[in-house]
Amino acid sequence: MVERAARPQISQVRRTLVKVGRTLTTPLVPDDYLELLNPRWSMRELRGHVVSITPETPSCSTIAIRPSAPWRGHRAGQYLRVGVEIDGIRHWRAYTLTSDPDHPDGLLSITVKHVDEGAVSPWFTELCQPGEIVFLGDAEGSFAVPEPVPAKLLMITAGSGITPVWSLLRGLAARDGLGDVVHVHCCHDEDDFIFGRALTAADEREPGYTLVTHYRRDHDRLAPDGLDRLCPDWRERTTFLSGPGELIDTFVAHWDEHGDRDLLHLERFQPVIGGDATVAAGEGGVIRFRVTDFEATSDGRTSILEAGEQAGGTLPHGCRMGVCHTCKCTLIHGRVRDLRTGEVSGIPGESIRTCINAPEGPIELDEGHVVIKGTNARSQR
Amino acid sequence: MNPTPVAADKQGTMEDPNHPLNRLTPEQVEELGRELQAIHDEVFAELGATDAAYIRRLVKVHRRLAALSRIALMNSRFTPMLVAGTAGLSVAKILENMELGHNILHGQWDWMNDPKIHSSTWDWDNVTPSSAWKHSHNFVHHTYTNVLGKDRDVGYDTIRIDHRQRWKPAYLAQPAYNVLLAMFFEWGIAIYDLDFPAVKKGRKSKEQLHDEVRAIGRKAGRQVFKDYIAFPLLSGRGWKRTLAANLTANVARNVWTNAIIYCGHFPDQAYVFTKSEAEDESQGAWYLRQLIGAANIEGSDLFHLMSGNLSFQVEHHLFPDMPSSRYKEIAPRVKEICEAYELPYNTGPFLQQWWSVPRKILRLALPGGGPRPKPGPYVAPPVPAHASGGDALRAPFPSAV
Ligand SMILES: Cc1cc2nc3c(=O)[nH]c(=O)nc-3n(C[C@H](O)[C@H](O)[C@H](O)COP(=O)(O)OP(=O)(O)OC[C@H]3O[C@@H](n4cnc5c(N)ncnc54)[C@H](O)[C@@H]3O)c2cc1C
Ligand code: FES
Repeated sequence: MVERAARPQISQVRRTLVKVGRTLTTPLVPDDYLELLNPRWSMRELRGHVVSITPETPSCSTIAIRPSAPWRGHRAGQYLRVGVEIDGIRHWRAYTLTSDPDHPDGLLSITVKHVDEGAVSPWFTELCQPGEIVFLGDAEGSFAVPEPVPAKLLMITAGSGITPVWSLLRGLAARDGLGDVVHVHCCHDEDDFIFGRALTAADEREPGYTLVTHYRRDHDRLAPDGLDRLCPDWRERTTFLSGPGELIDTFVAHWDEHGDRDLLHLERFQPVIGGDATVAAGEGGVIRFRVTDFEATSDGRTSILEAGEQAGGTLPHGCRMGVCHTCKCTLIHGRVRDLRTGEVSGIPGESIRTCINAPEGPIELDEGHVVIKGTNARSQR
Repeated sequence: MNPTPVAADKQGTMEDPNHPLNRLTPEQVEELGRELQAIHDEVFAELGATDAAYIRRLVKVHRRLAALSRIALMNSRFTPMLVAGTAGLSVAKILENMELGHNILHGQWDWMNDPKIHSSTWDWDNVTPSSAWKHSHNFVHHTYTNVLGKDRDVGYDTIRIDHRQRWKPAYLAQPAYNVLLAMFFEWGIAIYDLDFPAVKKGRKSKEQLHDEVRAIGRKAGRQVFKDYIAFPLLSGRGWKRTLAANLTANVARNVWTNAIIYCGHFPDQAYVFTKSEAEDESQGAWYLRQLIGAANIEGSDLFHLMSGNLSFQVEHHLFPDMPSSRYKEIAPRVKEICEAYELPYNTGPFLQQWWSVPRKILRLALPGGGPRPKPGPYVAPPVPAHASGGDALRAPFPSAV
């Protein structure tokens, strides 16, 4: 299913008017016609216009965005999906919300690091101008400081992975919770340090916050065995880890072996191929795909997407890790288990992400659209 | 090459040595597939802002025309308003079903990733819900094109369209039945999408049928309410005229879409296949079946637009997911390939293509009937002297294009 923006909050009066108007405009909705008069009158999807672009480092900028309808709010550390149209194609990417949840002007911000060869990040860092329209998803993600706030915290970040930790630190500071935080950050040098000036100042001013920089100009990559030197009591600290995939993998392995895995929270920016079926497996079941008329079976650990592909089907997908929503299909009947949390849910008519769900008993799905002979490749990306 | 003579009743079947599936070697068929795939990939690599602008403009044109026609019909007591409104609404409905609905539901614009113009969200101005149609048309018909007993567009129990279908007395009624079908085509499609034979054979569950009937009920209810109750009520004393206008627009749209669709597959030129001929076919053979199982209609740009570019049925069947606005541009390359492989490229003027269908329906209503001659390989027409570079001094200058 096509990736969609969030639905703006609309008033009860408007909702009633739309319902009545629909009897005349069906199968379209009144907004489709209102839009002809003024694009701003349509409330079908949450848009935002870019207010400002502020460079943080030579290759990273913070983009301030004003949403077209009041923002529903978010928790520090969450991300949202942002859609931008480039040469006629709408691309969606996830970006950490670096703005304060209760911004006085209702603004949002994301902080984007330039990725060479990237489709979207260079647009933000090089081409985007104030006034440009972007599409906004809802706040998502569970990278958050637990309640009550643990006494001792450790943040390990690298490169643009600093963004969610920036939000966590600001969240803690706002409620006076910077009790004992050690922050190890790895990047090339001072100039490449996103939010470097503010965090260095905080290091000097805030007694509870200790910043340890690890510049690759001077050292090798940050490796887990350096931890004993950089933060000797790391084993006791509730740790937040955010950075490139390899960094995360090596640190997770280290915690598995030498630390307490329950104290480690992480945020990955890049897709992991293949669902991580680490949570308790369910019973699995037979999946019937109604539109292309085929069946697949999952053992309860295999996602619906993978099971469908193993059975020879071509299914829409993007990130394969629950971020992009491209893989959504409509559940006709049956229940599904979320492979990340183990939660079982499912109401007929609901759209579910096939990459992170496994069937719990027999299920039937409507794939939404048909990919003929694999020729739809471009739209699946 | 000269076609080898063959008995009339063998023409177009696998016993005919001239059948393209017999004439090409498996390697040639694969090469053909690769060449066609290359055209597809080239166009898809190019799709961008210009294509997006085309479809968005057309969406706007349709919505403006629909809104203005409905407003005109609210004043249907004034005859000029009635006439303009009826004509406008008919055109709007045709545009909406053909160039927009049919093509968007095929996923031709899915690459834009715009949820407002996407096959997974689009619903059309038709009593058939888009989900049922995506299964029966996009999947069944486009995968099993012209395969007897598989493609329910051909040989659906009620129409005898190929002489190989066994004659039953019920087929005597098919000419009359087809006139009715054309007029109420959208309802015909809705019933056809339910696929009762599949339920009888146990390929489809009763539950699914039940869901689908309910979905059609909901959809059709909304459509009927809009066209035959709500808008007539808004026309006050002119309600009868508005009701008649809306009915006219729906019938006009139905007859037109029916004609275009019949012209796409049923002309004598198009090949029909048996199940075994299409079994386990390779990608190349799939392309070949699409190529010779469809037929184009020649016409002006306006005609192509009003037919949703299904006048490029050959190109559409080769590349069902390619934006229709590109068919015209790739048609010459498809023709070149046909010429190189000595394959037919089925095409003809609208009336010729259209007439071959009722003729066939009438003939096959009676028992018997044989195949009609299939066209030979495509041969490019000779290039007029002034168009070839050789006579540059006599060609108009500057040229119009
Ligand atoms: C939950 C979440 C939060 C995120 N938050 C942020 C954020 O706050 N700031 C931010 O800048 N990005 C963030 N990202 C990453 C962002 O979504 C994009 O992946 C990134 O901007 C690259 O997109 P692109 O279109 O430029 O590159 P693409 O066109 O998607 O990729 C081009 C090439 O670059 C590689 N690549 C992709 N991402 C990266 C990367 N991060 N580093 C190095 N190479 C890469 C790809 O493998 C590919 O080869 C986040 C991602 C997730 C999943
Ligand atoms: S959410 Fe991206 S593929 Fe499932």
